[in-house]
Amino acid sequence: MALGNALMDASSGLGLILSTPFIGASLMILVRRAPVLRDAVTMITSVSLFILVAMLPSNSDGAVFVLAEPISGLPISFGTEPFGKLFAFIASGLWIVTSIYSIGYLGQKTDPNKTRYFVCFALSLGSTMGIAFAANLFTLFIFYEALTLVTYPLVAHYGTPESRNGARKYLQILLGSSIALFVPGIIIVYLFAGTLDFQEGGVLNGKLDPAFTIPLLLMFLYGVAKSAVMPVHSWLPSAMVAPAPVSALLHAVAVVKAGVFTITKIIAFIFGWEMLASSPGANLPLYIAGFTVIAASVHALQQDNIKSMLAYSTIAQLSYVVMAASLFLPIGGLAAALHIAAHAVAKITLFFVAGAIYLKSGYTLISQLNGIGRNMPLTLLAFTIAAASMIGLPPTAGFFSKWFLLQAAFTTESYFTVGVITISTALNAAYFLPILYRAFFKAPNEDQKSFGEAPWPVLAALLFTAALSITFLAYGNAIMELEAPIFGSIFNKYD
Amino acid sequence: MIAQHAQILVVILPLLCAPLVLLLGKSRIAVWFTVGVLSVNALLTWWLLLQVLTIGTLRYSLGNWPAPWGIEYRLDPLGALLQVMIASIAAVMAPFLRKLLAEEIGSSRQYAALVAFILLTAGLLGIVATGDAFNVFVFLEISSLSTYALIAIADKRDALLASFRYLIVGTIGATFFLIGIGLVYILTGTLNMDDLAVRLPEVSHTNTTQIALIFVTIGIAIKAAIWPLHAWLIPCYSYAPRGIVAFLAALSTKVALYALARFLFGVFPLADMPIGSVLLEILQLLAIAAMLIGSAAAIAHSNVRAVLAYSSVAQIGYITLGLALATSAGVTAAIIHMFNHAFIKGSLFMCIAILATGSGKHTLESLKGLGHRMPIVGIALLIGGFSLVGVPLTSGFISKWFLITALVQAEKWIWIVAVLLSSVMSIIYVWKIVEAVFDKSDDKQVRSYDLSVDIPIVLLAAVSLYIGINSSALVSTAEQASKWLLGMP
Repeated sequence: MALGNALMDASSGLGLILSTPFIGASLMILVRRAPVLRDAVTMITSVSLFILVAMLPSNSDGAVFVLAEPISGLPISFGTEPFGKLFAFIASGLWIVTSIYSIGYLGQKTDPNKTRYFVCFALSLGSTMGIAFAANLFTLFIFYEALTLVTYPLVAHYGTPESRNGARKYLQILLGSSIALFVPGIIIVYLFAGTLDFQEGGVLNGKLDPAFTIPLLLMFLYGVAKSAVMPVHSWLPSAMVAPAPVSALLHAVAVVKAGVFTITKIIAFIFGWEMLASSPGANLPLYIAGFTVIAASVHALQQDNIKSMLAYSTIAQLSYVVMAASLFLPIGGLAAALHIAAHAVAKITLFFVAGAIYLKSGYTLISQLNGIGRNMPLTLLAFTIAAASMIGLPPTAGFFSKWFLLQAAFTTESYFTVGVITISTALNAAYFLPILYRAFFKAPNEDQKSFGEAPWPVLAALLFTAALSITFLAYGNAIMELEAPIFGSIFNKYD
Repeated sequence: MIAQHAQILVVILPLLCAPLVLLLGKSRIAVWFTVGVLSVNALLTWWLLLQVLTIGTLRYSLGNWPAPWGIEYRLDPLGALLQVMIASIAAVMAPFLRKLLAEEIGSSRQYAALVAFILLTAGLLGIVATGDAFNVFVFLEISSLSTYALIAIADKRDALLASFRYLIVGTIGATFFLIGIGLVYILTGTLNMDDLAVRLPEVSHTNTTQIALIFVTIGIAIKAAIWPLHAWLIPCYSYAPRGIVAFLAALSTKVALYALARFLFGVFPLADMPIGSVLLEILQLLAIAAMLIGSAAAIAHSNVRAVLAYSSVAQIGYITLGLALATSAGVTAAIIHMFNHAFIKGSLFMCIAILATGSGKHTLESLKGLGHRMPIVGIALLIGGFSLVGVPLTSGFISKWFLITALVQAEKWIWIVAVLLSSVMSIIYVWKIVEAVFDKSDDKQVRSYDLSVDIPIVLLAAVSLYIGINSSALVSTAEQASKWLLGMP
């Protein structure tokens, strides 16, 4: 009886979660003539989505909510599962913050496309929820593609030739790679395993020739281009033509995390850890991700445009998650989950800061930031905290996620991973610390205009996410407890 | 009585309707009479499909002469499915054509185009309905002749030239087909397709049979625009009256592909014939070439109608590839795509026809920003475009899913790469159109249309979405059709 109730709750809860963003989007279209009302709808939608996700009971097995069945035997179905819940929790929580930020950010200008902006934002979050709660790979894929399509208008928001070129590249690489590699990968899995359901221990075990295991995984690694593993990373720098809040929520949280989330889900629940660990060439994905970490960090070092630098930094950090998952250990999965959370709060702060600086000063280049810490001390304080988290300094979130990643690497004695993390930490410091030095210690440029902090919604949003980066200890344990059923407890080893 | 003769009525109704429309002439009743007849016809085909799916293949002897002496009409699952497709699209497009034809060729000759359109529908339905090889030729000619007329009726030099070119090429194709049929008739003394399937195995090794197969295949391949015999299609799709081209693009090549499937699997004993497997290999190669070259040409062109025409060449490649695999899964995928692509291309050409009404031009430049002015057409265009690319929840995804599944099962890995490459290329040419149509920087004043134009477009786009969300009925029908075609239990 109690179980029956819990299942029913999960089912109706999922139904509500998936419909809320779409209902919100429809309401926004209805009230598009009244901007205040539209902004209110955005806020209400994001807050209710967050509450619904938080209330959702986790750990119910299998699909609990079936939407449709496009191909017989392959339903669009959803279920609750701790990893997905964490991703949905992060995305929906940060959506609230981003909505506040967006209202402040876009409020400055009269922008005819504002309704389209908020509607597409809601639809993106709806697609992200679909990805997070998908009970099978087929469902995940559908929402993965939907996310690409609904974020296109956001990337092309300004409508200038430059932004349209960037957005076209964004769409073509994401859609092209998924059709060329993701779809056939799914079909191959379906033909061999007979199912696409996410199951603990994987569905392919013993059904696929071990020699084909890693090649098939590589198809997914490159087919899921949202995880931005080189060489299918170039859409992310192109997507930086988007407005700052879009880059912040989508290209630091929802879209890119959807990529690494998908990769981790495929590794853990389609292939299964043991199967991959014993396959020939099992180190290949690790090397590819490790190479991406180093190469993207070196690229980041060379950028003068703030957002480009952040984009390359994101590429490197995403490959951290891929590396963690590619250790093919449950504890690696835990490290992946923690790093998704840690990087999300830190990177969204950095993009918020970049947007705030652009809003007040029009600066987009690192070389223009001399002495800006005097104009915008709070903003740059937030930047400092987030940068510390990216480098991995205690007590920020980045320190803890790196800690678990290293622990996982030592467990498998993967000294390659340890080496990559060490080098990349040095590189992270090399591209973040000079900015801080510039902002706080260099004298302002002579032609510097005088300006102060960004409008309060912008400032409040970025300070809040920065605070999340240093209070990780307060909620990190909760994440680990949540993920324990699927990735095991970090402390088990010492029992 | 009607139930008994429904099979023949499907063809007779439009054939009788055509001269009546001619008599009604310019009066307004003519159009609505056409719409009425075609709608009744569409309902008949739906009823026939249900009949075939429940009780199996239907047979009807013309004039009560028993087969193989008399002409036999035979409706199998594949034929019934295609009849539904042809009759439904014809019924839906008729009100759409009324508007566009009146505008483009003037109301004085509008009824002439309408008559040709009805005859074309009758011809297409006839090809699918008959079980007699010579009858296929007759209906192929009825449909071709009305197509020549429909293309030439656009008052443009280019259209006349396109029509003339098609006339020459189409006649060559028809001649090839007729020679093939003639050779088979000399060998076996029968023209009934089922009877041929019984008698041809006895002579499967003779040179005459091989040559007959080659002639028939080339003849149909011209009609089906299988690369490299597609050259006639590009000017036809580019210069035919805007409304007509939507109908042609949706159906004419599909029906030829049906005939190809019918003759390859239902008449000739392909497995016993020395050239059988070679022919299939060649068709696969041509299909691959069609996909890659067609998609590349679509990317290169800036005239939207040429882009869609080359895209059709590529899509015909997908269908041909599925057929040429000659496996149950491959033929199923081909049938699914035949059906889906008819609705996708039909709706896309309809959208372009409406968007281009203001300027009369079809370049990317002239379509700029029109999607915002006509949101319904714009969204239908988006759905059609996504479907062409194979985005999930559209029918194009279902087609691609089954085609790739069939290729994986047949272990044709290189073909899979080609199919995927062509799909990726389709993103480029589809997005070129989408980006232009939704370009906000260009604000054109356009006049709006009434519902008689919007509803057909919405209906065709809705089919594409519906199949994307729930494909089980189509897939099970296609599976049944392919089993029947390949002679499996």
